[in-house]
Amino acid sequence: MPEYKLPDVGEGLTEADIVAWRVKVGDTVKVNDVVVEIETAKSVVELPSPYAGEVTALMVSEGETVAVGTPIIRIGLPDLAPAPAAPAAPPAPSALEIDPSNPAATGGGEGESLVGRAKAEGGTTRRRRKAVEAAEPAAEPAARDVRALAKPPVRKLAKDLGVDLAALAPSGADGVVTREDVLAAAGSSPASSASPTASPATPRLAPGERETREPIKGVRRAMGQAMVESAFTAPHVSVWKTLDVTRAMELVERLRGHRELRDVKVTPLLVVARAVLLALKRQPLLNSTWDDAAGEIVLKHYVNLGIAAATPRGLVVPNIKDADALGLRDLALALGVLTATAREGRTSPADMAGGTFTITNVGVFGMDAGTPILNPGESGILAVGAIERRPWVVGSGADERIEPRHVTTLALSFDHRHVDGETGSRFLADVAAVLEDPALALLLG
Amino acid sequence: MPSMPSGSTQTDPSDAFAGAYAQGSPEPVQLLTPEGERVEHPLFSSDLTPEQLRGLHRDMVLTRRLDTEATALQRHGELGLWAQSLGQEAAQVGAARATRPQDFVFPTYREHGVAWCMGVDPVELLGLFRGTDHGSWDTERTRMALYTIIIGAQTLHAVGYGMGLQRDGVVGTGDPDRDAAVLAHFGDGASSQGDVNEALVFAASYHAPVVFLCTNNQWAISEPTERQSRVPLYQRAWGFGLPGVRVDGNDVVAVHAVVSAALQRAREGQGPVLVEAFTYRMGAHTTTDDPTRYRLSADLESWKLKDPILRLEAFLRRNGHVDEAYLTALTQEADALGERLREGCRSLPDPDPLSMFDHVYAEQTPELAAQRAAYAAYAGGFEEEQ
Repeated sequence: MPEYKLPDVGEGLTEADIVAWRVKVGDTVKVNDVVVEIETAKSVVELPSPYAGEVTALMVSEGETVAVGTPIIRIGLPDLAPAPAAPAAPPAPSALEIDPSNPAATGGGEGESLVGRAKAEGGTTRRRRKAVEAAEPAAEPAARDVRALAKPPVRKLAKDLGVDLAALAPSGADGVVTREDVLAAAGSSPASSASPTASPATPRLAPGERETREPIKGVRRAMGQAMVESAFTAPHVSVWKTLDVTRAMELVERLRGHRELRDVKVTPLLVVARAVLLALKRQPLLNSTWDDAAGEIVLKHYVNLGIAAATPRGLVVPNIKDADALGLRDLALALGVLTATAREGRTSPADMAGGTFTITNVGVFGMDAGTPILNPGESGILAVGAIERRPWVVGSGADERIEPRHVTTLALSFDHRHVDGETGSRFLADVAAVLEDPALALLLG
Repeated sequence: MPSMPSGSTQTDPSDAFAGAYAQGSPEPVQLLTPEGERVEHPLFSSDLTPEQLRGLHRDMVLTRRLDTEATALQRHGELGLWAQSLGQEAAQVGAARATRPQDFVFPTYREHGVAWCMGVDPVELLGLFRGTDHGSWDTERTRMALYTIIIGAQTLHAVGYGMGLQRDGVVGTGDPDRDAAVLAHFGDGASSQGDVNEALVFAASYHAPVVFLCTNNQWAISEPTERQSRVPLYQRAWGFGLPGVRVDGNDVVAVHAVVSAALQRAREGQGPVLVEAFTYRMGAHTTTDDPTRYRLSADLESWKLKDPILRLEAFLRRNGHVDEAYLTALTQEADALGERLREGCRSLPDPDPLSMFDHVYAEQTPELAAQRAAYAAYAGGFEEEQ
């Protein structure tokens, strides 16, 4: 029974998110009826069915991120006609053996494609060469006198070590000079170089091991682009406030014991998020967008609260949609789902789109505060520092004394194109006030 | 050497292009309104018969079907890529149907309607986008060069071909079945390319029999035309010393009339012309692109009202040139074409690697024959597939 495998709809994509199914099991589809909407790194795309018949299985669910080549839907044919040859799924990347004569075909040696973010794994398969022929036939002499065959890093190594590639007997397949050949030649005749000066001191690390080059792609590239875009369009200003959050911590403890909240995770971040949502109502400019093209400031009457999350792949900033409409319990639930999804590296582009304000919790790394960079399109970002026991002056007059208290620092960066120092400071003061005395939430809300 | 002419900048009252040149109106030449009303233009006219108009309509309907089917095939995973021609059918079909058998066409990679009219089997177009071939049609028979992916490069090829025609003595002889011209396609984005500017300089300087057809679909991937030029693109021609005229690119009758006149002028030895077909790319740049990220849906909606097929269909219906039975049969023909493309695409053969040696030169050279033999030996050195 034919299965429709997720195609690469954008030249070199490796995966896509299933946004919405347009059919359900039991539906009858014609060829080219739209069956599903997917979102790739480049676009949202509707996929038309290659087959006609009854839908017998949806093999992946909405919200799932699916690798190219994965069967996504099974469609029965009305008759028993054999399925047209399905597009070959990329083979599992077997032990990656890169053929230097055709690196692209063997899945190696090629950088990012011109327009894709990453090349699909595997590439086409190749047949093995027949058992090694002793000598190269006919065309050999012409090829010989061109120049020695070696990969660029090996050429560089030979140059660094003063080894003449053409003088070496190649040990690699098809007459390729290998790294080992060069190292062996360098070792056997250290002074083989024509230079009369002393042989170079043995480097601490072999050339090629002194640096590691990692590709900039995926989440890393996205982070880099977003930060550059933000830092060089929005003039950032940051303000700090160090405060006593002992009462907020007591509130967290009390809430943790509350029956209604027993199956959700109550954290200081939850209380901070709640305080931010209250404060945004009083300073709506912090929840707006500077729309340069339109010459307008767009004030949002909703809050999509972004939470910056460190993931194995890098920084992602998913957001909780309409967070301002959520009660404390639902907000806690949403926070839990969001962080779990991010840690698993399964955050979808839709989760990250449309944020209006962001909280970054640098406290989890033990930091006091920082000057965060705005998520592009947003006007404010709040960094929450580590909550630590510190000496704090309490009381006044004769009662004035130093006590150990839970203390933290909040740092707010805002877009000074439209948010001035007063507005930014009032917002941060409101957040701080709620954390110092959570009862004030009744007043602000 | 062909005689160096002085004609293009002199005003010849019988030359519509000289008239357009003098007039300089940015109002595109239109002979069929978006509502399907036939109107007249002071400089360009059309005497297409109902039969010919039905033919243009059929070409456009089948081109659109070819395009939507290929787009779907890309989504099925059968093609690596597809460049959509949606909305540009009139600019393509009207121009291609203006050629004569001795003319030659140089396309971009989006001229599916041109390929259709020139007799290229659409399945062969798919081969290029499936990666089984770099273009397999017989360019001598179809009189159309292979698709050129390099932006604007084909305009230089076209001028070279046109200068060749001059040297062959088949320009301006007065024999209508012998005099030939070249149709060179490019887009608004390509108008900024060095190649295109060089081609215009050479064509103007050597009076080459080339009609430059700039399909201005207003988007070079995500870059709008206002980032290509501060003046309407057809006016650029003036700086190169050739006439330029803007035509409603969604009006197949006007495109056919203007390009026919331009080609005839070129065949007669009166030199090159730049025609700007003003249209809109209704689809994405390619299947890899998502235009909703950079352009307004309101623009798209307003251009839907100017659809090239619907306006001709309205005209044909209103004048009783087509009826329901005709249109139903045409839809069935389009469905059959779609099915043929699906099946043809899946059964496209992997080409014989040795075939790439066969089309480098008209006659095989000894060096290439040796390379071919060496490669055959190399390729034979692999184990059979299991």
